Amino acid sequence: MGALVKSGAVQSMDNAEEQQQYLTFLLGGEMFSIGILNIKEIIEYGSLTAVPMMPDFIRGVINLRGAVVPVIDLAARFGRNQSSITRRSCIVIIEVEAKGDRHDVGMVVDSVSEVLEILASEIEPPPNFGAKIRADFIAGMGKVNGKFVIILNVDRVLSIEEMAIISNGGIQNIDPERALAT
Amino acid sequence: MNLDKALQTFIIESHDLLQDMESSLLRLESAPNDPDILGAIFRAAHTIKGSAGMFGLDLIVNFTHVVESVLDKLRDGKIVVNGEVVELLLKSGDYIGNLVTVVAVNGEIPTAEMIAVESELSLRLSSLFNHDNNSLSSASEQDGVRSAELDDSAQMDVWHLSLLFGSSVLRDGMDPLSFVRYLGTLGEIVNITMSADTMPKSEYMDPEACYLEFEIDFRSEADEETIAGVFDFVREGSVINIVPPRKKINEDISIINHAYESDQRFDDVQVMDGGLEKRHQTKDRKVQENRYIRVHADKLDSLINLVGELVIAGASTNLLAARSGNPLLLESTSVVSSLVEDIRDSALQLRMVPIGETFNRFQRVVHDVSQELGKDIELVISGAETELDKTVIDKIGDPLMHLVRNAMDHGIESAELRIASGKPAKGMLYLNAYHDAGNIVIEVADDGSGLNCERLLKKAIERGLVTVNANLSDHEIYNLIFEPGFSTAEKLSNLSGRGVGMDVVRRNIEALRGTVELDSEPGVGTTVRIRLPLTLAIIDGFLVGVNHATYVIPLDMVTECVELDVRERQAGRQRGYLNLRGVVLPLVWLREQFDMMGEEARRENVVVVHYGVHQAGLVVDDLMGEFQTVIKPLGHLFGNVKGISGSTILGSGEVVLILDVPSLIQHAVERENITVVTEQNRFLTTT
Repeated sequence: MGALVKSGAVQSMDNAEEQQQYLTFLLGGEMFSIGILNIKEIIEYGSLTAVPMMPDFIRGVINLRGAVVPVIDLAARFGRNQSSITRRSCIVIIEVEAKGDRHDVGMVVDSVSEVLEILASEIEPPPNFGAKIRADFIAGMGKVNGKFVIILNVDRVLSIEEMAIISNGGIQNIDPERALAT
Repeated sequence: MNLDKALQTFIIESHDLLQDMESSLLRLESAPNDPDILGAIFRAAHTIKGSAGMFGLDLIVNFTHVVESVLDKLRDGKIVVNGEVVELLLKSGDYIGNLVTVVAVNGEIPTAEMIAVESELSLRLSSLFNHDNNSLSSASEQDGVRSAELDDSAQMDVWHLSLLFGSSVLRDGMDPLSFVRYLGTLGEIVNITMSADTMPKSEYMDPEACYLEFEIDFRSEADEETIAGVFDFVREGSVINIVPPRKKINEDISIINHAYESDQRFDDVQVMDGGLEKRHQTKDRKVQENRYIRVHADKLDSLINLVGELVIAGASTNLLAARSGNPLLLESTSVVSSLVEDIRDSALQLRMVPIGETFNRFQRVVHDVSQELGKDIELVISGAETELDKTVIDKIGDPLMHLVRNAMDHGIESAELRIASGKPAKGMLYLNAYHDAGNIVIEVADDGSGLNCERLLKKAIERGLVTVNANLSDHEIYNLIFEPGFSTAEKLSNLSGRGVGMDVVRRNIEALRGTVELDSEPGVGTTVRIRLPLTLAIIDGFLVGVNHATYVIPLDMVTECVELDVRERQAGRQRGYLNLRGVVLPLVWLREQFDMMGEEARRENVVVVHYGVHQAGLVVDDLMGEFQTVIKPLGHLFGNVKGISGSTILGSGEVVLILDVPSLIQHAVERENITVVTEQNRFLTTT
């Protein structure tokens, strides 16, 4: 299944409309989406090595063809309980930028759904409150079939700098102002 | 020609040359009239000038010209070498280095400050020159210079070409003359000199080979590319130098070329003249030069990464082969894995650089600082051939610099004090490097007054680093100076004593997975010992299991493994240490250290690890044996994880974490320190 989604994502990256393509996935029964541009691949969940003394949202590291890649538990990153692993759990490998370098980071999701096209005109700005996750994690709200899908701001959600600060400080859920101040 | 690339070469080359020049200058102090050393210095300056001219870097050319003139006089013995001259030349070398950085690297114009430095240096240099001018012989030489300058202005828009056609030109069906004629169509040939100096004696001559060389002055509107284009067909195998007009260095270029060629000529010709020795010397130097290839560090890094992958993939193949039990397959994989090991070793060797070059840089530092301080200090270097990873070498320079300066400033006393305490007036500073148990040890030692234990302790208590009634050994007290915000200098000097030094040194070294410690004997001297891993890429590891997770301990830190029997287990847990053959061994329970849930294992083992002088026992569940492993950094996200230094990948593809033994030991030692001291006393009284 992972391979199927992957090939779909890679193909659609070729055309110029890619800005408007989003991968949707389920997390704790809720649907989220991310722009497919940053996605490198989607792999099955498995053979993960836990790193001790790390906050909940860092599940551990995996071997991605010889590279050691950290894996983030997205649910825990949103301040919820860690995702429980099922047969459909996936790790989405995403490329993020930190300190001028590009890093691969994996994030655990309950299951991936599909690649959607959402027109820019169909995307609303993020609400100031009421979304249950930090406002700066949301890039926008996409309208799909009359329903809203949260489009995540990957650079913020998987911000290596911020996560490193949190894990070094050992504090779990820190608000962004404080994170930046430290 | 890609000018950018050539410019890069020029920059690297001139830095190397300046380095050579500097070390030669320093040697010159002890052997003032050695013509070889003088020659080397002159050649360095001359080559820089020539190359700078090719790139039109007039600022460098002009200044270097002044330096060169002085060097020339030195070589001819018209100026006497003394400390002042060497000093001046060293400064000039520095300034040239600055110029190269500013003009060639950054493409900027020198600042007013630099120009001031330059004019001061030029003034002092030419005063040497003029002083010498009083004698008759050099007055004519001065005239010579002037006339050369006149010549230059006449040759303002004249290109200078020096052509040495490759020996196969005729065989390839080309006629050197036709190129010269064709060149004539692009402009006016002002002057042409042909020589056949490279031609061997007739009995050795190859009638089909070309031995001709031309020096051509050529007036033309054409640009360099067009002129160079004339010789496209013979570029291969030929030496073609085209010097743009309006450079005053025409003659120098040809001198360089001549010098270069004459070396070759020695090779070819002097056999017959019986000049065997000279020939050997030149040959040897050539071989030495040719033994090095400049490779971009990135290429090397990616090679080492690939080798790392290969080691991991090889381990997994071995695993599968062992499982299949096919003897033929097993045999072939064992051959492959031994080859992979060899490749790994030689790949790592590529990055190994002798530390001597880094050490030698300190000759200059010691020279400068000792003058600044008014102390007479000699630097003795040993173990220069000790090799370690290039990345480590690059990062060790700063900490070493600090230690050396510190030793000179605070360690070594002034001459009067030294004589008063019965020591020779000349202070000694030692830099030493050697291998020890998978580590490299670098020592910075001085024969100064040593550290004052009481003063250190007093200061430490003042700063609140230790409590008043702390019971510290001398060794521990000495190492307090690596604590942040600790400085014992009574008065501040501009060299050290700002109290930011030693803790930064320690931090830098710890970042390289190394440690630093200090030993001192009052009145005899101080030794700072830096212990560093040989390489940052690959280690031999020892696999242990804790609660279903696997960890790697660097093998060179493992002393032994003992089983923790049931009785000891309870007692050990309470006391936090183990009685290992009468020695107190502080224990670290990894399970607790890493906050692991899960049931306690039926059986526990202690891996005894050591680091520096400390020992500790890591309590683990299973011992799984040795494993060769490639270190993969964990990345920024895990930057400050205590107790974990990196990760590696097993043959099965599983990622395992490498334990950071020093930080675990430190933790254990800190925690158990008080207990250990008291228990130790009890041991002593009972046994």
